[in-house]
Amino acid sequence: MSNKEMGAQTGEVRQAGARNINPVVWSALSLAVILLFNLIFTRGFFSITIKEGHLFGSLIDILKRASPTLLIALGMTLVIATKGIDISVGSVAAIAGSVAALVVRGGDITYLQETIHATVPLFPVFAFALLAAALCGLFNGFLVSFIGIQPIVATLILMITGRGVAVLLTGGYVLNFDHARFEFVGTGYLLGLPFPLILAVGVFVIVFGLTKLTPLGLLIQATGGNTTASRYSGVNTRVVQMLVYLISGLCSGIAGIIITSDVRSADANYMGLWLELNAILAVVIGGTAMTGGRFKLFGTIFGALIIQSLITTILTRGVQVQFTLIVKSLVVIFVILIQSERTREFFAKSRRKITSTG
Amino acid sequence: MSDLPIERQKRGAFTARLGALRKHVPILSPALVFILIFCIGGLLFKNFFSARVILNLFTDNAFLGVAAVGMTFAIISGGIDLSVGAVVSTSAMIVAVLNRAGAPPIVAIPTALAFGAGLGFLMGCVIHFFKAHPFIVTLSGMFFARGFGYVLSWQSVPIGHKFYSVMSQIGIPFGGYLKLTMPACIFIAVALIGYVIQRATKYGRNVYAIGGNEQSAFLMGLPVGKTRILIHTISGFLAALGGIVLTFYMLAGFGNAAYGLELEAIASVVIGGTLLTGGVGSVLGTLVGVLILGVIQTLISFQGAINVYWTKIFIGLMLFIFILLQKAFMLSAGQRNK
Repeated sequence: MSNKEMGAQTGEVRQAGARNINPVVWSALSLAVILLFNLIFTRGFFSITIKEGHLFGSLIDILKRASPTLLIALGMTLVIATKGIDISVGSVAAIAGSVAALVVRGGDITYLQETIHATVPLFPVFAFALLAAALCGLFNGFLVSFIGIQPIVATLILMITGRGVAVLLTGGYVLNFDHARFEFVGTGYLLGLPFPLILAVGVFVIVFGLTKLTPLGLLIQATGGNTTASRYSGVNTRVVQMLVYLISGLCSGIAGIIITSDVRSADANYMGLWLELNAILAVVIGGTAMTGGRFKLFGTIFGALIIQSLITTILTRGVQVQFTLIVKSLVVIFVILIQSERTREFFAKSRRKITSTG
Repeated sequence: MSDLPIERQKRGAFTARLGALRKHVPILSPALVFILIFCIGGLLFKNFFSARVILNLFTDNAFLGVAAVGMTFAIISGGIDLSVGAVVSTSAMIVAVLNRAGAPPIVAIPTALAFGAGLGFLMGCVIHFFKAHPFIVTLSGMFFARGFGYVLSWQSVPIGHKFYSVMSQIGIPFGGYLKLTMPACIFIAVALIGYVIQRATKYGRNVYAIGGNEQSAFLMGLPVGKTRILIHTISGFLAALGGIVLTFYMLAGFGNAAYGLELEAIASVVIGGTLLTGGVGSVLGTLVGVLILGVIQTLISFQGAINVYWTKIFIGLMLFIFILLQKAFMLSAGQRNK
């Protein structure tokens, strides 16, 4: 009897051990599987050539295209870690992109339908676009922290209104422009690498540093783990919440600037559409739980890369575009099921059975 | 000093009456706002104040309304269903494609309904058995349904069968050429059935109990899993029904149709007084919420400008105001309990 109990206890210890497999490992493995698939089936997937001093190849392409999603997902990781969610990121990106395009055009709102060859200095372009994004983030944060609205509804307001505001700003036109220096942000190369990637990595380093070198990371985890308890133990949860939504807004703003610069136009109706969903998926696939608390910034990188390499793989395999969404949904469901507590419990139980019989 | 108890009694009676009124505030306030906006429209525009505008509100927003009723169940239970817009569009596409292949409506429509209910059932199972977050599961469901719609046809598929155009024509006559059209009848019927289920059945009460506190509901012995799976099945079924209503006036299936409908549905549920934290709300409130969104759109179209972005900004503002109202209401209720 006592032996059996002992066995059950050690089993539980093992179960806990099995549960402690870092979810980041799972997402890294998923990414590895997708890349392995390409290594075997897609010819030339891993070849990287140097043309005019820039690196070219499918892998570089994936890194470049994943950058906007990655940027937004970084902010989203912090928001989700505080038990929140920010579904306004696509609209915020659209607002920031529209503002950037307007400033690049010199603020001239007449003849919006014409392409303008502009040479405006870059500083006001970034300043105004990021200011707009920051205001959006602060608005979200204010609603969540001070008024106490559930995050999904609070950000739903800006998601619906924001796109309306962006279309209002651009007068409903697709704003086209020519501006060699501004286009560098989305299409340029630095040290042989695409500039959006360098921006994304830079933001990652800043966010990672903020959460590891300052108490911010701990405060975010505390707020997400139990908001009330954190408040009673002296954490200013409101400021923490304001801050994560501000960071999320800024990240979306940078992503919006990159997208606008990349396509040399701002289309307020379609810019950043579906971005919020991709970003949330990237965060969840990366191992950060929707229930808040612990967060995995490295996992988020893997999540964003998984989504983009999946899309690139589907397209390079010659699968029709229509199937992209279906394949994406199936992979996402698969990853969710693998990461779910029940599955891990199941594995742990079967392992316990093996050890107890053996 | 001696008259204090009497005063207290009086005050007690007064607050009790106030409390009885307060119980209905979440539904009464959207109804008042609807009447207010409608009156503003009547003052601004000549032909606004008419039975035709009211009847059209029901007809034009029927597919949103039907889907929003399903969403109400999901939200009251503390969950959410992001797949409704995609299911609306894809079930319309299924009807269109089957119709093109020569299938009669009696085959096409049940197939589409089965698709919606089946997808909802699967999502409910994943949420319950794997303890996955409803937000993420229904998000993947949305990707899947949209993707399936695109796979069926990348282009718009017209529906030529007479049944669908007849369905959009017939209705309950209201004197003259006014009538309550078929889509409007379906919308109202679904809302009424939903209301009866919520108020008069054990299942309806279980939904509220789970939304109030899932843990306690489970400990009380309520069938949490079964209820949750059924909620998503109902929501999927109603979204598919919304898609069929959509075919009555679009007379086509289109992969991008009903884009963003899930957000409008959530907005109308919230404006209708249902709390997103679960446990509180009503299908009737959602009906009023849908009508408020509709009357804003009508007002803007009467203005002459077909500016979709103004509609969006107004809907967002409406949502903002109502959430603030809800918050204030809950705060005062909380203080009363203290």
